[in-house]
Amino acid sequence: MSGFSTLLYKEVLRFWKVGAQTIGAPVLTALLYLLIFSHVLENRVRVYDAVPYAAFLVPGLVMMSLLQNAFANSSSSLIQSKITGNIIFVLLPPLSYLEFFAAYVLAAVIRGMVVGAAVLAVTLPFGGIVFLHPLWILAFAFAGSAVLGALGMVAGIWAEKIDQVAAFQNFLIMPLTFLSGVFYSIHSLPAFWQGLSHFNPFFYMIDGFRYGFFGVSDVDPVRSFAVVAAFLALVTALALELLRRGYKLRH
Amino acid sequence: MTAAIEIRDVRKRFGTVDALAGIDLEVRQGEFFGLLGPNGAGKTTLISVLAGLVRADSGSASVLGHDVRTDYRAARRSLGVVPQELVFDPFFTVRETLRIQSGYFGVRGNEAWIEEVMQRLDLVSKADSNMRSLSGGMKRRVLVAQALVHKPPVIVLDEPTAGVDVGLRQGLWQFIRELNRDGHTIVLTTHYLEEAELLCQRIAMLKQGRVVALDSTSNLLKRVHHLFLRLRLAGELPGELRALEHGSAAAGHVLRLKGYDDVEQTLAVIRKSGCRIEEMELVQPDLEDVFVEVMQRS
Repeated sequence: MSGFSTLLYKEVLRFWKVGAQTIGAPVLTALLYLLIFSHVLENRVRVYDAVPYAAFLVPGLVMMSLLQNAFANSSSSLIQSKITGNIIFVLLPPLSYLEFFAAYVLAAVIRGMVVGAAVLAVTLPFGGIVFLHPLWILAFAFAGSAVLGALGMVAGIWAEKIDQVAAFQNFLIMPLTFLSGVFYSIHSLPAFWQGLSHFNPFFYMIDGFRYGFFGVSDVDPVRSFAVVAAFLALVTALALELLRRGYKLRH
Repeated sequence: MTAAIEIRDVRKRFGTVDALAGIDLEVRQGEFFGLLGPNGAGKTTLISVLAGLVRADSGSASVLGHDVRTDYRAARRSLGVVPQELVFDPFFTVRETLRIQSGYFGVRGNEAWIEEVMQRLDLVSKADSNMRSLSGGMKRRVLVAQALVHKPPVIVLDEPTAGVDVGLRQGLWQFIRELNRDGHTIVLTTHYLEEAELLCQRIAMLKQGRVVALDSTSNLLKRVHHLFLRLRLAGELPGELRALEHGSAAAGHVLRLKGYDDVEQTLAVIRKSGCRIEEMELVQPDLEDVFVEVMQRS
């Protein structure tokens, strides 16, 4: 195996070995969200005419789980390695910073996709889910998890303590995810919040992803994908620059 | 012949501290080389520069002619480093750890060598145990195995025997000596100076980021001209000899003499005082004495 494929394999094996925590737990959380929210709001909220609320909720929950787990994978791996000192094992070999980046981000994408697929599998029995544009589903799932995987790398490289990564997750990732239209359509928001939502890149990920299922969205999926791709390019450039400089990795 | 390691005027500053204040050093291929110095002398920083973990502020460093910055892939492939810190990845078994480390270096079909390294380091019985379950000594063995897994021509061991039992030390040195005989260049840092004296052909001594001595081990040992007389007396040490006292042994005295000529004179003083000698031994200076002298002078 090459250095890149070994690092990718190691990162996948790492989360796979603790699957109950890295896959099982987020699936259970998403299931609980769906049970509670769909039961309480089913007859009160109608987002799109042809889509029942529980079905509307499923793609949002799938994408939310996918994004959060992609972020958790790269950020937790890096910060744990930095704190325990075993980061040295990946700094000593002849890996380029591009290989380093690609392996961590791809492993985050795989974890995001696995969790997303598992959440989708357990929420399918709730009914009403259709797959009108599967390529859009895959495109947004891949791009979204890549963005969060790269953001996780930035957080993991920048942080020196686990609570700094937790702060990144709790004060940035979590609010941006919750305010991105997982549980509602932004058209149901007042004009100000609707306008503000358009500055949240996570909104485009979820809106485009949902379009892949139902063929309806708040924003044209091409535009959404362009925003997500631009954001991915930005975060990738930032992560690569940090790696190139060896920021907080090589003194 | 290209040097195994070549370091030219390497400088590194951490805040206000000059960790490396202009190091020039060359280690020849096939050498067993010692890098000695007190804590904070810059040994680990210098190794980190070679390994690409620390970027020097100025100067250049290369491994087998490959610059550690501009040709870092070839430099890192040529280098195996046993880090000083006892670090491990708690997610994996010993075998997984070694396979993964081998893969990072792009080495394919490496199972036979991984098995051999595990055998030589007495790790076979723990091959499928999780790293978390290993004792400190076992974890140290895995660190050594990880550094050797890609068969690097240049091996750097940063205090590999710190906190390690005698059995492992002997087994480890036997293995490392064999690797050296097979042509691998070995660079060793250790605080166990008797190990360095026994193993290293040449030694560099560092102090405050500078090389303060660099010579063959035999030449370094010749730098100290005195010798020691260990005595156990049935009575008090005569007052005239107190000035020669270098330290006290568990049961007796250690006198520092300028040469063999002083032995007779010293014994005469003891005889004259009426004191009886119960035990006596002449001891040649060792690397520790050289080290102390070099550090005091520089």
